[in-house]
Amino acid sequence: MTGSVIIQFIQSSIAQGTPLLFGSTGEILTEKSGNLNLGIPGVMYIGGICGVIGGFLYQQSTTKVVPVLAVLIPLIFSLAGSLLASLLYCFLTVTLRANQNVTGLALTTFGVGFGNFFGGSLIKLVNSDVPSIALTKIAKAYKQPLPFADKLGWFGEVFLSYGFMVYLAIILAVVASWFLKKTRRGLHLRAVGENPATADAAGINVAKNKYYATCIGGMIAGLGGLYYVMDYTNGVWSNNGFGDRGWLAIALVIFSMWKPNLGIIGSYLFGALYILFNYLSVNIAMMHIIQMLPYLVTIIVLIITSMRNKKENQPPASLGLSYFREDR
Amino acid sequence: MQDGYALELKHVSKNFGNVAANHDVSLNVRHGEILALLGENGSGKTTLMNMIAGIYYPDAGEIYINGERVMITSPKDAFYYGIGMVHQHFKLVDVFTATENIVLGIDNGEKFSLKSSAGKIREISSRYGFEIDPEKKIYNMSVSEKQTVEIVKVLYRGANLLILDEPTAVLTPQETRKLFEVLRKMRDDGKSIIIITHKMHEVLTISDRVAIMRKGEYIDTVETSGADEELLTEMMVGKKVSLNIDHPEPHDIRERLVVRNLSMTDGEGVRVLEDISFSVFGGEILGIAGIAGSGQRELLEAIAGLRRLDGGDIFYFDPKSGEKEDLRNKTPLQIREMGVRLSFVPEDRLGMGLAGNMDIVDNMMLRSYRKGRTLFVNRKNPHKLADKIVSELEVVTPNVNTPVRRLSGGNVQKVLVGREISSSPTVLMAAYPVRGLDINSSYTIYRLLNEQKSNGVAVIFVGEDLDVLLELCDRILVISSGKVSGILDARNTTKEEIGRMMTKTGGVDEND
Repeated sequence: MTGSVIIQFIQSSIAQGTPLLFGSTGEILTEKSGNLNLGIPGVMYIGGICGVIGGFLYQQSTTKVVPVLAVLIPLIFSLAGSLLASLLYCFLTVTLRANQNVTGLALTTFGVGFGNFFGGSLIKLVNSDVPSIALTKIAKAYKQPLPFADKLGWFGEVFLSYGFMVYLAIILAVVASWFLKKTRRGLHLRAVGENPATADAAGINVAKNKYYATCIGGMIAGLGGLYYVMDYTNGVWSNNGFGDRGWLAIALVIFSMWKPNLGIIGSYLFGALYILFNYLSVNIAMMHIIQMLPYLVTIIVLIITSMRNKKENQPPASLGLSYFREDR
Repeated sequence: MQDGYALELKHVSKNFGNVAANHDVSLNVRHGEILALLGENGSGKTTLMNMIAGIYYPDAGEIYINGERVMITSPKDAFYYGIGMVHQHFKLVDVFTATENIVLGIDNGEKFSLKSSAGKIREISSRYGFEIDPEKKIYNMSVSEKQTVEIVKVLYRGANLLILDEPTAVLTPQETRKLFEVLRKMRDDGKSIIIITHKMHEVLTISDRVAIMRKGEYIDTVETSGADEELLTEMMVGKKVSLNIDHPEPHDIRERLVVRNLSMTDGEGVRVLEDISFSVFGGEILGIAGIAGSGQRELLEAIAGLRRLDGGDIFYFDPKSGEKEDLRNKTPLQIREMGVRLSFVPEDRLGMGLAGNMDIVDNMMLRSYRKGRTLFVNRKNPHKLADKIVSELEVVTPNVNTPVRRLSGGNVQKVLVGREISSSPTVLMAAYPVRGLDINSSYTIYRLLNEQKSNGVAVIFVGEDLDVLLELCDRILVISSGKVSGILDARNTTKEEIGRMMTKTGGVDEND
C-alpha cells in the first residue's frame, strides 16, 4: 500500500466510524440510565431525515445559501426529530413501563419507515430522475474542513480534513466520559442504571434521570444520521441508504464496554473493518462477509469480557428493566 | 443534653389493607442511649422503624424529634431531621466504591470531589473506630464491610438517630463484637441508636433500655439493667392464646424421614446449617420454629434436593416396603424417580412454587408434565384437578384459566397446597404456608395439613406464630442460627420455652 492509499483508508475509516460514534455515545448515555434503547437505529434515521427536511426547506426558500444557517437549520430539525422519538420511547418505557425491547424494536421499525416515507415524498416533490435527493449546497457547509488542512501534507489530510461533525463526535464522546466518571450527576445517572431502588432511597429522581439520559442520548445518536446524509453522502438522501449502521452503533456500545472514550477508537476500528473489502481484491459476494467483521469482533469482546468477568466491564445491572417503587 | 427526647412516638398506627401492622404505638428514645426493639417476626418492628425513616407514612399518630412535632414523608425528610436507617437488605450499588455509595444522592451545593469526601469518610471512621477503605468496590466487600458502608453513609449525612434493622443477623460473633464497640462509641458521642434484634443476649449486652412489641402493639419499655432473659421472653411472646385448631393425637406413627448430622454452607461460604439431626414420622406434624433466616429454608431445600450438602445424611423409609432410601445430594427428579413422594410448599409461592403468569391448569401441569409419552400434553387431567381444587378449597377465581398472579395471596396458597397434596405425598413440607393469609384461609390450610397427618403423611410445618405451632404440631424442632437447639413435645411445652430456645445462639452460649 502506498502512502496515499493509507491516508485514504484512514480517512474513509473515520468517515465510516463517525455515525457509529454518535450512535454509541448516545446509546451509552441511555443505557447508563438502565434504558436499553433498541430504537437507536430508528432514532438515527429520524435524525437524518429531519435534517434533510430542514435543509430542503431552507434550500428551497432561498437562492443564496448562508453556511451558518445551512448548518444550523438541519441541525435543529435533526435534534428536534430525535428528541421527539426519544420522548416517545421514554413515555412508553418509563412512564407506562412498557417492555423496553418491544418498544425499542418498534421505534426502529417506525423510524426507518418514517425516514423512507418522507425521503420518498421529498424525492417525488422535486421530480428527481434518480431515487435520491441531493442537498449539495447544504452539504458543502457541513464538509468544510479545518483551516490549513491542505497545507500540512499528510498531517492535514489525516487529522484536519473533515467536516466539523467528526470533531463534534469526538468531543461529545470525551465529554460523556468525563460526565459519567467525574460529575455528581454522572454518578447519580450510573446509580440509576445500576440499582434504581438504591438511587431512589438516596433521594435521586429515577424517572427524571432516565428521561434526560434517554432524550439527550437520542439527540446525540440522531446527529449520527445527520452526519451520514450531510457529510458522508454529500447531502444525498436515498431510502434505506443508512443501512445497518444503527445496529453497528449498538454493537459498538458492547465493544467499548459502556465507555464513551473507548468508543472513539472502537468506532474507527469498526469503520475500517466495514470498508476493508475495498482494499482487498475480493469479489462482491465476499463484501458482506467482510462487513460482518465488526459484529464478529463484538462477539469476541463479549466472550473475553464474560470470561474475565470483571464487574466494571459488564452492562449496567438493571439494564432493560422497568423500575417501580414497591408499595410494600 | 437537648430538651425532650431524641424521638418520641405518640399513638402511631399503620394498616396494610385489613391488617394492622402497628396499633397505637407510643415509645420514646433518649439522647445518647441505645434502645433495643424486641419482638417476634411480624410484630411490626420494621414497619414502625420504616415510618420513622420515611418509607411509610403513619395512618394515625404523631412523631416528635427533640420535642418538636414533625412530618416525615420521605427518606429525604428523615435525613433532614437527622434520622438514618440501616436496612436489613443493604441498599448499595455493587460496582461503586464505598465513597461513591456514601455520597450518592447528596447535593449540598459543595463542589463534587470524591477525594475530599473520602477524607471526610476516613475522619468519621477513625472517630468511631470503623475499618473502611473508601476506594474499595462494594462487590469486593464482605457482608460486614458492606454494613459498615451503610452505617458510615448515614453518619456522613449527619444522622443523630440511627436505626439498625437486625444488624447482627449477617455477622459473625467477632464482627458483632466490633459493631457493638462502634455503637457504644457513637452513643457516648451523644447519638441515639435503635437496634432491632431477636437475639436476647445481644439485647442484654448492648442496650440501655428495651422496648418490646408483640403483634403490632407496644408492650412496654424496661431498663436493661433490671431485666433478664426470662422477663423479656415472656413480654415478647405473651400469654398463650387459644386458637381451637384440631389437634388429634398422632397414631400409628412410623419413621419416615431421618436427617443426620446435616451441614451446609451457602454460596458465599457462610455456614447456614450445622450438625442438624432429627427424624420425622408418618402421621405426625413436626413443627419447625426459629427466627426468620435461621436456616429453615435451607433445611427444607436440602431435603427437597435443591441444595448440595456439605455433610450428613438424609434417609427415607418407604411406607409400603419399609425400604431405606438415601436422598443425599439427589436432584428432585431423581428423588421422584426413586418413588419417594415428596411435596414441598415453598416460602416463595410465586417464585419457586407457581409460575405467576400461567393459569391454574398450567400450574397443575408443572407437577405432571412428565406423564404421558406423546408429543402433545394432556390438558384434560390437569384441568379436572384444577376444577377439583378450586371447588374443594373454595379458591376465589373467575375460572381455572386465570393467571395465578392475579389471585389474592390466600387463593394462590390454596392452589399451591392443593396441587402438592393432590400428588398424595408421603412427606409434605410447608414453609410459612399461612403467611399473609386471612383467618379463614389459614384455617383451611390447617385443616388440610391435619387431613394429611391423619392419612399417615409425615408433615413438616415451618411456622412463625408460636401459638399456631403449639396447637397444630405434635413435636416442635427449634432451630437457632442453623443449629438445632431442641426438639420439644408440643403438648408439654410453653411459648416461653420455645422463645428462649429460638433466641439462644446455636444451642450453646458463646462466651463473648
